Amino acid sequence: MHAAEIEQDTTWQNVAKTRAQGIRRRTLALTLERNGCYLSQALSSAEILATLYTQVLNLGESLAPAVPPPLKGVPGHGVHFGEGANYNGARTASYDRFLISPAHYAVAIYAALVETGRMDPAGLEQFNTDGSTVEMIGAEHSPGFELTTGSFGQAVSQAGGIALARKVRGEPGRVFVFMSDGELEEGQTWEAVQALAFYELDNVIVYVDVNGQQVDGLTKDVMNIEPIDARLTGFGATALKVDGHDVDALANAINHKETGKPLFVLCYTNPAEGIPMLEARKPHLHFVRFKTDAELAEAEAFLASMNPASMNQKGA
Amino acid sequence: MERCSRVHARNLVRWAKDKPEVIVFSGDLTGSVEITEFRDAYPDRFFSLGMAEQNMLSWAGGMAREGFTPFLHTFAVFLYRRPYDQLAMSVAYPNLPVRLFGFLPGITTPGGVTHQAIEDISVLRGLPNLTIFEVGDATDVETMLDVVQGVNGPVYVRMLRGDIPRLFPQDAPLVFNRARVLSEGTDITLLSTGICTEEAMRATQVLREKGLSIQHLHVSTLKPFTDPQVIESVRKTRYGVITMENHTVIGGLGTAVAEVMAENAVGKTLRRIGLKDMFAHGSSKQYLMKKYGLDAMALIYDIEDLTGKNLGISEDDLAAVRLETQSSIGASQLEAL
Repeated sequence: MHAAEIEQDTTWQNVAKTRAQGIRRRTLALTLERNGCYLSQALSSAEILATLYTQVLNLGESLAPAVPPPLKGVPGHGVHFGEGANYNGARTASYDRFLISPAHYAVAIYAALVETGRMDPAGLEQFNTDGSTVEMIGAEHSPGFELTTGSFGQAVSQAGGIALARKVRGEPGRVFVFMSDGELEEGQTWEAVQALAFYELDNVIVYVDVNGQQVDGLTKDVMNIEPIDARLTGFGATALKVDGHDVDALANAINHKETGKPLFVLCYTNPAEGIPMLEARKPHLHFVRFKTDAELAEAEAFLASMNPASMNQKGA
Repeated sequence: MERCSRVHARNLVRWAKDKPEVIVFSGDLTGSVEITEFRDAYPDRFFSLGMAEQNMLSWAGGMAREGFTPFLHTFAVFLYRRPYDQLAMSVAYPNLPVRLFGFLPGITTPGGVTHQAIEDISVLRGLPNLTIFEVGDATDVETMLDVVQGVNGPVYVRMLRGDIPRLFPQDAPLVFNRARVLSEGTDITLLSTGICTEEAMRATQVLREKGLSIQHLHVSTLKPFTDPQVIESVRKTRYGVITMENHTVIGGLGTAVAEVMAENAVGKTLRRIGLKDMFAHGSSKQYLMKKYGLDAMALIYDIEDLTGKNLGISEDDLAAVRLETQSSIGASQLEAL
């Protein structure tokens, strides 16, 4: 490798892109190993998560064990077990918070934690195994999760409460929320947006993965949510549309924050991004399983082409 | 019997004075749930969340995670019917110290079916981590806040507002998971909650004059339901057990008592006074209590049935007792919906 190329490799953009590709590769591997996974969510959100973790979020070092210990229990009887947020570091005044709304994206979150060195790859191997916190649809004991949000539309409201508390206390840290576009169909989402605007919570920044699909098919055919930006603006938020696979656009979006308003970054994405063989399956990508021998062989071959060793070979 | 007005309104201001972590959320019913005084006294700790209860429940979870103790005030139906999923996932699952004050329990409002929380205890008893109280008089209202704030987890309180009686001594505070013993006896064990206790006391006064010995417990902690006094009282009773609640007979006090009796293999007859698996409608409290058999006369009939005795007690016999605690029409009409 030439010195100039090594220099180029260390830019945050390249780090983020490499991590995004790593999120895809790790999720595809798991999809094959487990005979199915929430793959398309990782494909659409890879750059969003990689950019947030690499360049945007101000988070402390992970406070959690690199390999997640078994589930200790669920909250109750005066005991709290919500340790998932420890992977995002200390929750002190100056640090940002990162709240995951669509818990179905758990595999992408876990893969992002591995890519950013916050979790050991062995943690991802625990995915959806009995007694593990690395659940298929995460809760607040799961790595990277501060809230329990598999029921859609609740995270942005909880983020509002957290952001208001932080504002009351004068904390400089921001509250980031990662949302999916299907959640915009929930009435609660709009109750939350009006309240964020009412309390002028400009410490809230929401990244929405607008991948345009949901379980039953294309969002526009299941329940139209567009024009998202105009709706959000009408509710008193700032809304910005970006290419959700463009790391520069994703990082620069926070510069559009307006005083006294929550910012929504609408990241338009492709749920088959990076794995072209999935294009033909659109819009039925909510849960991907390779069924035929031919599909499996094609996916295995594609995964082999993605592995870091072969990528390095190609680059050399 | 003394009658008191706007007890919670004044009490909350006094109680919260030195508790900066206590914040109050309103869902556009500030005047109707007695938090106007709190808003005026501590404007920095009062948050208007509008008519958006799903957001309000989750928002409360967020602020509770940050160390505040949100006191949500609205009509009970808007705390458990509309935002049940939010209550379950944003508040109860994470076991957060959110306090829910649900007004207009059962048939206490002429607001009709949309405003009458008749199955809240039934719905909420099934929700893990939630503690449930119901108040029955001014002393319960005044002394419940310390007990509520002592719970390390979410709490739901079936609240009373406006003009309410003082049935219990002011220096006898509500105690967690411990019923008040209002009378001791061995013929009948009577367990009552909320406004039904006042109604039951009218009957028990006359029943005692007729020579009946009644063990009367006023229950204010509905979950957990492990007060040993309950089974002790049931065991010693001669004719049977009667529960009396301003709620459907399914899933509330009557069911809780039935569970305790069954688990302890106590083979006594249980009669449950309450709404018989039906919705109510908009009319006065007095009218609805009589219509649906939640009043003192209904208790008399059940006791006659259990004991096989004709006690010869009429509505007129109860009327004298009733007059002492009757609300003035003017006061009840002031209560906005």
